[in-house]
Amino acid sequence: MAQSEQEILEGLAEIVNEETGLPTDSVQADKSFTEDLDIDSLSMMTIVVNAEEKFGVRIPDDEVKNLTTVGDAVSFIAKNQG
Amino acid sequence: MTATRRVVVTGLGATTPLGGTVAETWDAVLAGRSGARTMTYDWVEKYELPVTFAATIKTPPSEVLTKVETRRLDPSAQYAMIASREAWAHAGSPEVEPERLAVAIGTGIGGVWTLLDQWDNLREKGPRRVFPLAVPMLMANSPAGNVSLELGARAGAHSTVSACASGAEAMGFALEMIRSGRADIVVAGGTEAAVHPLPFAGFAAMQALSKRNDDPERASRPYDTGRDGFVLGEGAAVMVLESEEHAKARGATIYAELAGVGMSADSHHIAAPEPEGAGASRAMLEAVERADLSATDIVHINAHATSTPVGDVAESNAIRRAFGDAADGMPVSATKSMTGHLLGAAGALEGVLTVLALQHRVAPATINLDDFDPQINLDVVRGEARTLPDGDIAALNNSFGFGGHNVALTFKSV
Repeated sequence: MAQSEQEILEGLAEIVNEETGLPTDSVQADKSFTEDLDIDSLSMMTIVVNAEEKFGVRIPDDEVKNLTTVGDAVSFIAKNQG
Repeated sequence: MTATRRVVVTGLGATTPLGGTVAETWDAVLAGRSGARTMTYDWVEKYELPVTFAATIKTPPSEVLTKVETRRLDPSAQYAMIASREAWAHAGSPEVEPERLAVAIGTGIGGVWTLLDQWDNLREKGPRRVFPLAVPMLMANSPAGNVSLELGARAGAHSTVSACASGAEAMGFALEMIRSGRADIVVAGGTEAAVHPLPFAGFAAMQALSKRNDDPERASRPYDTGRDGFVLGEGAAVMVLESEEHAKARGATIYAELAGVGMSADSHHIAAPEPEGAGASRAMLEAVERADLSATDIVHINAHATSTPVGDVAESNAIRRAFGDAADGMPVSATKSMTGHLLGAAGALEGVLTVLALQHRVAPATINLDDFDPQINLDVVRGEARTLPDGDIAALNNSFGFGGHNVALTFKSV
């Protein structure tokens, strides 16, 4: 059931695209959600709740602030996937 | 009270049951087409709704907006955004200081789709599945807020909420805002996206809706003896209202003048109109007086006329009470016979249609008027459209809402 980090990255890029309109190929592991992708905290929460549903993980509110880059989110999801 | 600053109409926008633009809507009105149709949504059967038709939006927002916009805006804000963009472009995308530009967009019901979709999410999936944008999407000021974001309007973003008078009230609010000097341009109008099972069931429960399920296009029939309620509609209409000074300085095309607004409250019943029309007539008289006009200057009325048995008669009484014999010279159009009743957008759409009537010198015909109700004492335009006189003319647009709200707008030709 666990997905590879590449699969998670692709899935996450789709969510970011749906929520913000950013092209999927701009969503790269080294990109910062706020600095590079200009995603505000409210949009970040929409991405988080969609990611929880898509990947079957729970991302606690306290954890969200640690997810600075797309890669941070991918690692967190990979580590915590059931 | 004499007006100091003149306020003019420099842009129009609409998305309605008759068309995705003002031009498409106006063409359909002149052609006498109905926007009512049988609904094919699964919820109509699922909830066994007693009414199976509505005047649904002609052009789905998904054909006009981006995927992200449709995801992050309630349909009520989507319609407002579409109409506002059209109006703004029509006005020539004015150069204006953000601090002199405002928005006033009303709605009757607000973001009911978002509210109840998210309630379903909460009950079925838990609080974590409630969309983080639920509140900014469902709030009734969301259309005004989002349009102010879109246009960079910083003089204010206001939302009038007065049921079916909301759209007209927003335009009246805008007029006073410009006159008082708070803004040079106000993007004003109304929006509604309430073709949803809950408001539908609610309106049906109060016996407000026509039940003519076998013939939707004939269901909205103001002033006809066979009328049995209104036809629920949806959409948005918006005007760019501007001080004459500002419009002239930038060389804008001026379509009409918004010359006066009158407002009153019935304090009679939460939903029923006051049958003698005391409050409604006061609003009409005020709208005319504040435009520095007299009754004989009014050559056309776009009536509220929703096609309910009681409401149409009450408005007729109110018009006579206000203007007496002078009402003989005021050909009345009931455009809801074609558009259906857009609730919080109705007054705004009818304001747009009143401006077009003055501009093109034509009062649209009321459709489905086969057997004129003798209780109606008005010169109703029927059969074919009526040409309006040349020269300086003025017209009145009436809107009334549950809660006892009465709003009348006076427009002048230019």
